[in-house]
Amino acid sequence: MADPILDIRGLSKSFGALKATDDVSLDLRPGEIHALIGPNGAGKSTLIKQISGEIAQDAGEIRLDGRSLSGVDAAGRARLGMARSFQVSSVASEFTVLQNVVLAVQGASGATFRFFRPVMRDAALIDPARDCIAQAGLTGREDVPAAALAHGERRKLEIAMALALRPRLFLLDEPMAGMGTEGARVLGDLLDGLRHRAPILLVEHDMDAVFRLSDRVSVLVYGRVVATGTPDEIRADPEVQRVYLGEEA
Amino acid sequence: MSAAEITAAPTGRGGRMARAQIVNAALALGLIGFGLGAWATGETFLVTLATKVAILAIAGAGLNLVLGFGGLVSFGHAAYFGLGGYTAGILAHHALNYTPMFEWPVLFEGTTSMPVIWLVAMAVGALAAAVIGALSLRTTGVYFIMITLAFGQMIFYFAISWPAYGGEDGLPIYVRNGFPGLNTLDPIQFFVLVVALLLAVLGLIAMLARSRFGLALQAARQNRQRLMAVGIRPGGVLLVAFVISGAITALAGALYADLNRFVSPSMLSWHLSGELLVFLILGGTGRLFAPLAGAGLYIALEHLLGGVSDHWQFFFGLLLLGVVLFARGGVIGFLAGGRKHG
Repeated sequence: MADPILDIRGLSKSFGALKATDDVSLDLRPGEIHALIGPNGAGKSTLIKQISGEIAQDAGEIRLDGRSLSGVDAAGRARLGMARSFQVSSVASEFTVLQNVVLAVQGASGATFRFFRPVMRDAALIDPARDCIAQAGLTGREDVPAAALAHGERRKLEIAMALALRPRLFLLDEPMAGMGTEGARVLGDLLDGLRHRAPILLVEHDMDAVFRLSDRVSVLVYGRVVATGTPDEIRADPEVQRVYLGEEA
Repeated sequence: MSAAEITAAPTGRGGRMARAQIVNAALALGLIGFGLGAWATGETFLVTLATKVAILAIAGAGLNLVLGFGGLVSFGHAAYFGLGGYTAGILAHHALNYTPMFEWPVLFEGTTSMPVIWLVAMAVGALAAAVIGALSLRTTGVYFIMITLAFGQMIFYFAISWPAYGGEDGLPIYVRNGFPGLNTLDPIQFFVLVVALLLAVLGLIAMLARSRFGLALQAARQNRQRLMAVGIRPGGVLLVAFVISGAITALAGALYADLNRFVSPSMLSWHLSGELLVFLILGGTGRLFAPLAGAGLYIALEHLLGGVSDHWQFFFGLLLLGVVLFARGGVIGFLAGGRKHG
C-alpha cells in the first residue's frame, strides 16, 4: 500500500466540555476519494479546519507527505499543496473568475510582494490560471465577476482555485451543498477525475454522491470515527446504520 | 475602481473604463486649469486654495490605498499627516535658528531642502505606520477603527504637551523650504510642484493596484479567509500597504506645513482623520481619483458656503448624508457609472 499523503493520528479538540474531535485517526492515500460523513454536529467542519490549519488541535498530529504540520499556519499549508474549498463558497466576489484563479496561482508561487508589473499581463500567472479554469469546466467565463456566477459555477471556481495551488490533496467541505441533481452530477464527474491529480478528503451530505464516488468512507459521530471502510462495508455496518444511515432510511 | 482597476489591462470592457478615465483626466486638468487660471488673473489666494486641495488629495490618496483597496478603515491618518508636518517644521526650525538638532554621532543642523525633508517625513510616516499598523492589524472592524483613533490621539496629546516645538501654540516656519531650481515662495511654482507630486503619487497607487501586491491587497478587502486558503497571509500584505500609506500621507503633511509655513497639533487631530475619510466617501472610496474629487469638493464648499453662513458644515452634512444614502459610489461613481459589481 502506498504511503498516505495525509496522515492524522490521535487528533483531539475540545470547546469547553464539548469534544468536537475525539481521538480521530484517518489517512488519505494517493488516488483515492475518502469521504467523511456524519450527522450534523458530528464535528466534520471542525476536523477540516484543524487539517487546514484554521484552528489548532489540542492533541494529536497531522502529517502531510510524512512531514508534521505543527506550527504551519493555514497559508503555509496551502503553499504545501493543501487545497481547500469551503462549505459556503468563499471567493473574492468582486474579482472576475480569471482574477480569482490568478490570485491562487500567485499564492502558490509564493511571490506576492511584487509591486511593479501589472499582474493581469503576467503570462507566468495567466497561462496556468486559464489552464485550471479549463479543467474546472469554466472556459468562456473568465471575465465574469464571481458575484455574478451561478451557484454551481462558483463551486467550479473554487475547484479551479484549488487546482491552481498545485495540490497534494483536496479538502472539500460539502461541495455539493445547494446544488440541483444535474449540477451535483456534473460536479461529481469533475471530482471523479480530480482524484488522479491528488486525493480528495470529501465532506458531503449527498449520500448518492458519497457512495458513487468514494473509495473509502469514514463515519464521524460526536467527534469520533466509528467506522472506516469501503462504501459497501459502510452500508453493511450495523453500527453505522443505527447512528447515521438509519435516520435517513 | 478595484476590480475594474485591475482588469483594465487585458480584459478592459470599453465604455465604462473609458468613462472613468475621462472623469479622472477632467479632474486632473480641472485642478491644473483652475490653478493656472487663478494665477493668470492674479488671484493668488485661489492658487493657494488649489494647492491646498492638491496636498489634501495626496493625504487622502494615502488613506485610499488602505481603505479603498485594502478595506481598512483607519481613523488615525492624521497621525501620519501631522508627523510629516512636524518633520518639516522641526528640520526647518533647527536650520533657520542655527540650533543643531543633534551633535552625535555627527553634527546635524536641520535642513530647509524640500527633497530631504520629504524623504525624512516619509520615513517617519512609514516607521510610525509600521508600529501602529503591526499593533492595530491584530484587530478588525470597529476595534481597528478605535485603535487607530487611539494611536492618533496619543500622538496629538504628545505634540500638545511637548514644549520644545511649540506645544499647543504650534511651530512657525519663517521661510518656506526650498526646492532646487524653484522659488517655492512663488505660489504658482509651489502649486506646480505639489500637483506634480500628486500625479506621481496617484501613478504609484495605480501601479500598485495593478501589481501582484495590489491583487492580494484587494483580495484582503473582500475575503481574508480565501486569501489565507490560497497561501497568502493577509496580515503582511495589509501591513505593507499601511506603511506605504503612512509614508504618502506624511509627505502630504510636510507639504501642508510648507503651504501654511506653520505646524500645529491641529494637523494631528482626529478632525483631520475624519476629513480624510470624508474626502474618500465624497469622491468614491476605492476610486483612484476619489481623494482629489473629494478634497476639491470639500474645499470648494468650505470656501463658497463658508462665505454664506458660519454654519456651512450643517449644509455639508446634508450633502454627505445624501451621498451616503443615494450615491454610494461618490462623485466619481456618479459621473463614471458604478463599479460593475461589489
